[in-house]
Amino acid sequence: MTTNNHPAVEKLRTGISSLDIIAKGGLPKNRTTLISGTAGSGKTVFAVHFLAAGIELGEPGVFVTFEESAADVRANMLSFGWDLSAWEEAGKLAFVDASPDPQIETVESGGFDLGALVARIQNAVNKIKAKRVSVDSLGAVFSQFTDQAMVRGELFRIASALKKMGVTAVLTAERTDDHGPVARFGVEEFIADNVMILRNALEDETRRRTIEILKFRGCDHQKGEYPFTIVPQGGVIVIPLSAMQLSMKSSNVRISSGNKELDEMCGGGFFRDSVTLVSGATGTGKTLTVSQFLQGGAAHGEKCLLLAFEESRDQLVRNANGWGFDFEKMERDGLLRVVCDYPDVSGLEDWLVTIQAIITDFGPQRVALDSLSALENVGTIKAFREFVIGLTSFIKHKEITGMFTSTTGSLMGGDSITESHISTLTDSIVLLRYVEMFGEMKRGLTVLKMRGSAHDKAIREFTIGKGGMQMGRAFRNVTGILTGSPMHVSPGDVERVWTQYDKDVGDMRRRSEDRPAS
Amino acid sequence: MQPAGPSGLGSWFVTRYPRKHFDEAEEFLSKYILTLYVTGTSPRTKIAIDNLDRICKQELDGRYELEIVDVLEHPQRAEDEKILATPTLIKQLPPPLRRVIGDLSDKDKVLLGLEVRSDLPSSPNGST
Repeated sequence: MTTNNHPAVEKLRTGISSLDIIAKGGLPKNRTTLISGTAGSGKTVFAVHFLAAGIELGEPGVFVTFEESAADVRANMLSFGWDLSAWEEAGKLAFVDASPDPQIETVESGGFDLGALVARIQNAVNKIKAKRVSVDSLGAVFSQFTDQAMVRGELFRIASALKKMGVTAVLTAERTDDHGPVARFGVEEFIADNVMILRNALEDETRRRTIEILKFRGCDHQKGEYPFTIVPQGGVIVIPLSAMQLSMKSSNVRISSGNKELDEMCGGGFFRDSVTLVSGATGTGKTLTVSQFLQGGAAHGEKCLLLAFEESRDQLVRNANGWGFDFEKMERDGLLRVVCDYPDVSGLEDWLVTIQAIITDFGPQRVALDSLSALENVGTIKAFREFVIGLTSFIKHKEITGMFTSTTGSLMGGDSITESHISTLTDSIVLLRYVEMFGEMKRGLTVLKMRGSAHDKAIREFTIGKGGMQMGRAFRNVTGILTGSPMHVSPGDVERVWTQYDKDVGDMRRRSEDRPAS
Repeated sequence: MQPAGPSGLGSWFVTRYPRKHFDEAEEFLSKYILTLYVTGTSPRTKIAIDNLDRICKQELDGRYELEIVDVLEHPQRAEDEKILATPTLIKQLPPPLRRVIGDLSDKDKVLLGLEVRSDLPSSPNGST
């Protein structure tokens, strides 16, 4: 809360933009923040990323390592694109290497303190005028000395010394359990003003990393666990889902779906920054709808991105050729990029980050993903939902038109898990259905939902051939298509229903006109 | 017999060199080069210096050189030696390099840490 002038506790923008969102501006400035997590939860990467992001903002940093040697840290962090040695030479980074040296035998005789360590940190901070300090990790200090009570006292001293130095510090600590005590030695959380927890939980045979801000003394933050991922050349990337604001701009510009009749059914085409879900059983024409959508974009000189998780590039190109769309030419013209991969090659968080990176790099106006159902099994249902939310809001933020497909389980009618989880997240839903009539399988299409626009409610028959989708007439005399049990009704029945409907509506109108306007 | 690293040096000299050379080597090797790292002039610093003084006088009989380094004045030296705790006593010579941390109030442990051989009942550098 801000009073009339300034907040009580100032925040330091970390430069890890996604973290700054959930931390509502950054870490509390000139204070210490404890990062606690189990082995492999990403503590060291976080600690280094905090400094790396600071260096990019022109704030030098000191890395105090108790566990790995400075040489190991330098080598390990190269894969993230952080050249620590270069920063050291440039005077932007300094190491305080407090890792144990197995070559030197040490005997303890009587009381001691960690005065030398404090002096070394102070020296390093002064030397490069550091604004940030990372200490990795507190637990390792305990293992270097037998006198645990002394270490406890000394850690408090280090924390208060860090505050006096005017730096913002990140201290890491181990915990034995993802949902147990904050840290192993039971004192770490009292040393720091703020506590953040990194988790790396195993759910349904997949690893899921989350970050949670447990407490920020004297200032506000987002609550709960947020998924994050660690990517090469990127470091820690938090996915701040519920913190995302529904402040996307909304466009009234219509764009073509690539099919004239479908555009008409949608009331003139999809909206510029909308996301459409195409749902149907296998073989109903989902990939066709997607191909058509991309073709329609390229025809208007728009850049299109296809993320394909079901078919290889060659298959897609061949199929598109069959419908008369030349994907290879579109690629040559720089209007199409096809990304094909197995959905299982990485976790959903990683996919989200990867896809965002591809979109940022290519800068398309249209993005199609075929199919979401293939990604559904990569993670838990929760992770999947988060993935879709993350991708949808990113696409909208970039004012890109999106199209996702989802496969229904049963051939006739029915819905899919994908659909029930994400239908509220999409702006439009196009259903593709098989319709069995007189011993023949026909295909039907309907626009189920179209946010912010009128649309055709009819279920239209369509055929697939050269040139793509050919829209036919509406199934006038059939009911029960969506439930999967189409029934033919005689035209007389249909006529009677509509007559009754018109009569009822007419009665209602008259009644409301009779009433005085309120 | 394989000389087992630096700690086997004493017996190696005995077997390879005549008595005269051995005496010279012994004199060189038995000179203790010690550095004591302390933080400022705290009570603990004073206790450590007093304890060390006494032990050296009793056990080393002038065969030592001692330097006292205040890490507040010379933090870079603490950095170079990778010192965390104060007081820390480092025995540079004779090899092997040894460290003793604490205020040195436990004399036996100090001697054990420094591997002072002379009159300890069971020498840590005894015959192999």
